[in-house]
Amino acid sequence: MSAKGAGNEGKIETVEGHPLDHILRQDRLPHIWCPGCGLGSAMTCFAQAIERVDIPLKKQVLLSGIGCTGRIAGYVNVDSYHTTHGRAIPFATGLKIANPELCVTVFSGDGDLFAIGGNHFLHAARRNVDINVICVNNFNYGMTGGQQGPTTPVEAKTTTTRYGSFEHPFNLPYLAAAIGAVYVSRWTTLHCRHLEKSMEKALQKKGFTFIEIVSPCPTGFGRPNKLGEGLEELRYYREKSVIKNDASWDEMDLHMRGEEPIVVGDFLDTEKPTYLELEEQMLRKRGFMK
Amino acid sequence: MKAVLTGSHFMLGDIACAEGALAAGCNFFGGYPITPATETAERMALRLPQVGGHYIQMEDEIASLAAVLGASCAGAKAMTATSGPGFSLMQENIGLGIVTETPCVIVNVQRGGPSTGLPTLAGQADMMQAKWGSHGDYEAIAYVPNSCQEMFDFTIKAFNTAEKYRQPVFVMADEIIGHMTERVVIPGPKKIKLVSRKRPKGKKNYLPFKPDKDLIPPMALAGEGYGIHITGLTHDARGYPVIDEETQHEMVTRLIEKIRRHAPKIWEFEEVETEDADIVVVSYGAASRSAGRAVNIARKEGIKAGLMRLITAWPFPEKRIKELAESAKAFVVPEINMGQISREVERFASGRVLSVTHAGGGMLSPEAVLQKIKEVAK
Ligand SMILES: Cc1ncc(C[n+]2csc(CCOP(=O)(O)OP(=O)(O)O)c2C)c(N)n1
Ligand code: SF4
Repeated sequence: MSAKGAGNEGKIETVEGHPLDHILRQDRLPHIWCPGCGLGSAMTCFAQAIERVDIPLKKQVLLSGIGCTGRIAGYVNVDSYHTTHGRAIPFATGLKIANPELCVTVFSGDGDLFAIGGNHFLHAARRNVDINVICVNNFNYGMTGGQQGPTTPVEAKTTTTRYGSFEHPFNLPYLAAAIGAVYVSRWTTLHCRHLEKSMEKALQKKGFTFIEIVSPCPTGFGRPNKLGEGLEELRYYREKSVIKNDASWDEMDLHMRGEEPIVVGDFLDTEKPTYLELEEQMLRKRGFMK
Repeated sequence: MKAVLTGSHFMLGDIACAEGALAAGCNFFGGYPITPATETAERMALRLPQVGGHYIQMEDEIASLAAVLGASCAGAKAMTATSGPGFSLMQENIGLGIVTETPCVIVNVQRGGPSTGLPTLAGQADMMQAKWGSHGDYEAIAYVPNSCQEMFDFTIKAFNTAEKYRQPVFVMADEIIGHMTERVVIPGPKKIKLVSRKRPKGKKNYLPFKPDKDLIPPMALAGEGYGIHITGLTHDARGYPVIDEETQHEMVTRLIEKIRRHAPKIWEFEEVETEDADIVVVSYGAASRSAGRAVNIARKEGIKAGLMRLITAWPFPEKRIKELAESAKAFVVPEINMGQISREVERFASGRVLSVTHAGGGMLSPEAVLQKIKEVAK
């Protein structure tokens, strides 16, 4: 950027790069996301987290399905797989089982993971496959033009709910905990530090972990629902978010309107044997493994 | 336990298929039960843990193939086995396997369709789906066994071809072959030729989709430190999405050429008495057993009939059909469908093609084939 007109020539320090440059694929930037979209912040948090944890980047694998969020796999500089719509979780399951040394994360949108991919989410959590699932919930299908999705709140306007949505949305942390995830948390893109910490925890935790990121999609959801541009939505998060780690499941419902709070926090952290651990246990019992 | 059960066995076709996979080095099976392919999955569930591999029963066939592709990307020799409805569900990820050049084996033990059709009875009506099922342009590779021995042998072939050309390869069996029991001879492990995918020769200048002269790019696996990006979107040699006409043209042309150029090495068939044949019967799978008998009887009755039995349905051995068409008066194509491969023969055999159809549910009889041969011979 030119410093001309700022009246402080000579004082501006030129930075050659960003400390996270090596974690992003520089040759793929700029990204395709809209101004004000929360996906940049979500990706930055993830980049910080994968760098901080004590797992070599070489052993990290990032997968995604299809959608704006799904594009993240193409920007982060680790082995990455951009699969079919909704199918990143089973793809990740095969990858993890074939090479248990890999730290496997699926990063995708609410539509991808919970509409078309819903069944896979259920079963991977039930099996406690050792993968991490991070869902960017922007309450709509961003990439295809702002249609209703499985997290669209009642009354919300989307391009396919012109009269307001009349479907009950998923409460994602509730769902994840109910079906067997060992770690469940939710943050908004305003809660960068918390989110990073949660991601670090998930990456290091054995078993199926789930993080929901409430994120602005000004293009598809913010404008039609009077949440405004990205920055205004972040203001809204600041006003309405309540950190409540021991929240009850019904408190976690998201309405995204009026006085209703956005309850965030580290909701669940528990232990149980993973899919591969149980497999090993059974085989040992039957004498197939020493 | 040994991966290769060397010796002579009396074995179910579906089980021979599983044993063939193990002999080929398969160490991952992701599947979902469906008749008449279930015995392959059950056998793999029993046998894979014995040889250090993994069996996982996924929630459906979409997930099964996704898991198989994922496992392959991590270096496994991976497979799934299904039947018609499951094969339909796999189609989108078959396209992903093609575009990401991920080797794997998909066995379809065909039953009668459409829809749920005849779960326990035979069909061969997914032959065109194997070629055209997934959206977009691509070339399929499919083997068609007609005995339990071939369930074993062709599954090995399918793995080798998948590894060599880096794409999903089909074994298009049928219920009759899957559910019959016959002698299967399993050779010693040293006698089984195995192919493994080409691997990069070092990290310098490696681009995941930069092909060698043979149009096949070496494959880096997840976790090896290459920092690869693999996408189902149209991509360049780096694997990065590039959404434009030129890249699409380049990518699709190479993927298709990769198979077409090598087709003469891939296609396989077997011929019986075709040298002087006026009537060439083209058949495959279970139906080819009846076809063989019909040709025998016809010869005894003085009709110059011969049999061309397909081992690969895809790529279709068009060159050989064209050659045969130069001397043969007609082609007769018996199959347990309403004339799928018959149309393909027609494309290369200048019009004199008669199909012998059967809607599925049982074996096509030698009499039906013989009758058609006689009609043509008149
Ligand atoms: C099988 C299939 N159906 C539909 C689509 C079209 N499609 C692309 S992205 C998308 C929705 C993505 O929504 P979400 O996961 O919420 O991601 P976002 O774009 O909001 O981040 C859909 C339906 C597709 N690519 N594949
Ligand atoms: S459509 Fe929404 S989710 Fe997609 S990039 Fe734009 S703001 Fe982000």
